[in-house]
Amino acid sequence: MNDTPEKNGLAARLLAGQPAALARAISIIEGEGEAVTRLLKSIQPNLGRAVVVGFTGPPGAGKSTLVNAFIAEMRGRGKTVAVAAVDPSSPITGGAVLGDRIRMAEHTMDSGVYIRSLASRGHLGGLSASAARVADLMDAAGYDVVVLETVGAGQSEVEMAEMADVRIVISAPGLGDDVQAIKAGILEIADILVVNKDDLPLANRTVRQLQSMLALRAPSDWKVPVLSTNAVERTGLPELADAIESKAALRTIKGARAALSSRTRRLLAQTAAKHVEDLILRDQNPTAEAIITALQQADIDLRTATSKILKHMHESLPDE
Amino acid sequence: MTEVLNMPARVLVTKIGLDGHDRGSRIIAAYLRDAGMEVIYTNPWQKIDAVVALAMEEDVDVIGISSLATDHLLVPKLMKALAEAELGHVRVVVGGIVPDEDEADLLAAGVSEVFHPGAMREEIVSSVEGFAAEATNARPQD
Repeated sequence: MNDTPEKNGLAARLLAGQPAALARAISIIEGEGEAVTRLLKSIQPNLGRAVVVGFTGPPGAGKSTLVNAFIAEMRGRGKTVAVAAVDPSSPITGGAVLGDRIRMAEHTMDSGVYIRSLASRGHLGGLSASAARVADLMDAAGYDVVVLETVGAGQSEVEMAEMADVRIVISAPGLGDDVQAIKAGILEIADILVVNKDDLPLANRTVRQLQSMLALRAPSDWKVPVLSTNAVERTGLPELADAIESKAALRTIKGARAALSSRTRRLLAQTAAKHVEDLILRDQNPTAEAIITALQQADIDLRTATSKILKHMHESLPDE
Repeated sequence: MTEVLNMPARVLVTKIGLDGHDRGSRIIAAYLRDAGMEVIYTNPWQKIDAVVALAMEEDVDVIGISSLATDHLLVPKLMKALAEAELGHVRVVVGGIVPDEDEADLLAAGVSEVFHPGAMREEIVSSVEGFAAEATNARPQD
């Protein structure tokens, strides 16, 4: 395979920072096939420059509005910003209405900002299956800051943790009591906790609850700050950007390599799992059917059924 | 590069000009979503150059313009701007209140289809799906 980007080819235009090439590359990367491999190969030397910042939190906490205000803050600091904003796909039809960028309309005509709406396409975990690769493309295209905005996340959409250098978890005031705050879940992955909509009456209490939750944690090198913002009034943004830059400054090459390795591991596990899922849930495969029937009638146990289905899968796979 | 297979059609549903009546565009967005397409939905009042930028960044196949109050008269400008931005493969459809005597002008400017009041869901969906496939084929090869 030829690894050098063709002159004026898609990869070359992407590396030169052309937004139209980035847009096309993202569509290609969301698919499969040889074109994806070629594209990924040609951007390898250009990865690892951008700071990847993840924004997650429950629906309605103000993620998109805060991202919009954050873009403005970073533009003010002379940084270019690319955003991948994920909204859910319908589990029934596969369709989606992607509306995150409605809140970011003021940046549409800024050539230092690229925004892309992604549909989750059935992927659980808060992002889309290709989100990590989309972030890589944005990095390779030369943006200083790459923002990953998840779907409105519940308590366990922690996938963003493996993809972002800096993880922001946004809460809105008054969601749940202090027991919610000590449950396991997305609060645990935060490098920075943000209480948005800080003009609401319960905002101070939410900040205090999060602070007391943090006080119970084992000490570590990074002290998680709890910040208040008002994304509409644009308050608290300099503090947020400062905290992000401080955390990003702690990035190490070793850490980045470890993160890349765990992302790749996760991607492979997910893709392999998807194959098994298709075989069991969708393909009307006679061997799979026989194993399912045997399990249902308690002729074999779950562990045996699992080995049988994996063995069958192994035999039926084409060699590549 | 090889074309991307089995991808949902990506459609930008928006309004240009000064009219903000967006109920129609929301209904269309829901129709297309329920047909399995990915709809990028924006606020009304978009400028022509913003629609071009959105179509480029989102790599859409089709743009749907909803026009209820003569905003369709701006569509020929949009067509020209898309061509200048090397987005000539993107198909554009217009829906809403378009007088018959204006329809020919829109089609001559390159609009793929004009939908009038009473257009059925199935009709809109199948047209847009067809135009998305056309856009994929007309795309410049990378």
